[in-house]
Amino acid sequence: MKDILRAAMVIARRDFSAVIFTRTFLFFLLGPLLPILIGMAFGGLSEKISTDSLRPAAGLSMSPDETARMLAAREAVARRIGADHISALEKAPWPVDPRSLLAHSDAGYVAVVSGSVDRPVLTGQPSDIDRLEGDVRLIASAAKTRAVLPEVHVERHPVAQSVSGQTQARLTMGRAAQILIFLLTMLLAGMVLSNMVEEKNNKVIEILAAAVPIDAVFLGKLMAMLSMSFIGIIFWGGCAVAGLALLAGPGFALPTPAVGWPVFILLAVLYFAMAYCLLGSLFLSIGAQAATVREVQTLNMPVTMAQMVIFFFATYAVDHMGSAPEIAAAVFPLSSPFAMIARAAQDGAIWPHVLALLWQAMWVGLIIRMGVWLFRRHVLNSGAKRPLFRRRSAPRA
Amino acid sequence: MLTLQPAYAVEAHGLVKTFGDFRAVDGIDIAVPAGTIYGVLGPNGAGKTTLLRTLLGIVDPDEGERTLLGDPQPLRQSRLIGYLPEERGLYPSMKAFDAIAFMGALRGLPLKVGRERARAMLEAHGMGASADKPIRQLSKGMAQTVQLFGTIVHEPRLIVLDEPFSGLDAINQGKLEVLIREQARAGVTVLFSTHVIAHAERLCERIAIVAGGRIRFEGSVARARDRLRPQVTLRTRASDGPWRRALPPETLAQDGNWHFALPDGGIEPLLRALLDSNAGIESLSIERPGLHDAFVAIAGESVARQMTEDRTREDAA
Repeated sequence: MKDILRAAMVIARRDFSAVIFTRTFLFFLLGPLLPILIGMAFGGLSEKISTDSLRPAAGLSMSPDETARMLAAREAVARRIGADHISALEKAPWPVDPRSLLAHSDAGYVAVVSGSVDRPVLTGQPSDIDRLEGDVRLIASAAKTRAVLPEVHVERHPVAQSVSGQTQARLTMGRAAQILIFLLTMLLAGMVLSNMVEEKNNKVIEILAAAVPIDAVFLGKLMAMLSMSFIGIIFWGGCAVAGLALLAGPGFALPTPAVGWPVFILLAVLYFAMAYCLLGSLFLSIGAQAATVREVQTLNMPVTMAQMVIFFFATYAVDHMGSAPEIAAAVFPLSSPFAMIARAAQDGAIWPHVLALLWQAMWVGLIIRMGVWLFRRHVLNSGAKRPLFRRRSAPRA
Repeated sequence: MLTLQPAYAVEAHGLVKTFGDFRAVDGIDIAVPAGTIYGVLGPNGAGKTTLLRTLLGIVDPDEGERTLLGDPQPLRQSRLIGYLPEERGLYPSMKAFDAIAFMGALRGLPLKVGRERARAMLEAHGMGASADKPIRQLSKGMAQTVQLFGTIVHEPRLIVLDEPFSGLDAINQGKLEVLIREQARAGVTVLFSTHVIAHAERLCERIAIVAGGRIRFEGSVARARDRLRPQVTLRTRASDGPWRRALPPETLAQDGNWHFALPDGGIEPLLRALLDSNAGIESLSIERPGLHDAFVAIAGESVARQMTEDRTREDAA
């Protein structure tokens, strides 16, 4: 085992240096930031568009007296619940048929309130009527009192958290952690698929196979890619923290996960490493069977789809803590890291994580052994008289 | 602690390796004495590479057993073995000295020591200026030399070279022969495969002639050559006379020369007859047969012809 680890370190160091000290690694680091920046720019723009232009408004086609009462009532309600939470009203020509008003292309409203304060009539498409009806009833009710709404002061007694609020927040946090680990794994583990092709194409595999156990080659490659991934994660994580600090302001606070922040962060790192190693060793085993880059590219799609299935399984389970699907997701090795990080957000027990990590590590070992066996049997043609899937040409003697 | 070096660096009995229905290695027994230069001779497709790969533990045999430096698990002795595969393989972006150190590190040599040795080796062979160049910028011959240095940088006790002369020009072939002899002088066992008889004849103390996955001959080069009797070529001024009765019955006359195998009783009776009959000896030579002749006699004319064709093809490439 010591020799395997030593040899794995040699291979990992070579692979790591070969990737890190290249210009393409800069693109690797900066690549994921570009869509985020573009997304933020477009997000801000669309928010402005929706704020400025797309807020639903109703035209007010009533007598001048009743129009004034309705507008005053709307202002009074808006002061209490917030202008964003009550539909806007705009003066419209009166007396005019509401249908003809809505037929005008330059009308700035989606529906028309006509009639009187006592008997308002809302004209518009059914969906718009549904959206506006409650607001119009509230405004008309306030207008009908003919008096200023009395001011009532609400005394605020804030608490740090409520049980149901905390449960909900932790569920959300579990989901967010799952998605984050999944995205990072999908983004990074896929690269392992083509890792052995280089060695096979430039014949280095013969040197490696003669000098060290193939287990060390697989393990070394995983270690190198995992280390590279951590560099990426530290960089992106740093950018994300800086971005949050800038955008969210000092009042921004995340809910505390059930196991506490330090343990949660440690578990997130470990579960990411396990998810990466589990999927990575599987991809490495599959990719090692491929003879060319084209074969690897062909394998990419089904492998990605398989990842999605595993993720959806784990996502489904997160809502059902303690249920059979959740336990199954935690036990099934490939979905286990995703299910367990969600559990860490919601449940404070530590021992299931120790157990899960050991279980996952065991499966990483098993998958590597299986991959090595397949590689020796089908690629090196060792110890196999008849390959399982296809017959390769005999090597040159 | 005293460690005993096994008498044989490589030993295998009844090795069989099949690929589908093809028996690449068909029941081979081989024993390479420690500290010798040992050649595995045979045409392409004879099973040489598969034999070496099986001996090294890259592939496991279907039948039979093998030991390397006395160990039935060859990878356990990895630190003491150097291997140059037939298909050369290096990372193109790696610098020359780093590639050598990396190969040494795979076999347990600390990277720092490997780098120092790599620079010294490159310097000693006039390649110091190329030490920091990536492999992709080196010529094919230089890249092969780098890989050869990577094979010996960790100072192994057993070096296995698969067709080491393949792809090298005459100068580099000469350098490689010198290097192999230096290693052997230092007590290292060198096992190499080749389809060029001349290399085996010049370098090897013992050879195994392989054809069709089987060993046709195993022993010293001298013993291989001794399988044929020395050849006598005689030229006389007189074309006929009573001395002709002293010539062996299978004697061939060609271009005024008489060719025959040295008789069991030696050359003296014939010489006496030639002198007594005043035949006038113009020339007389007795030559031991070369390894090529021995190879033809052992492996057959068709196998020998294939080896010649392999070499011609390689030279043309």
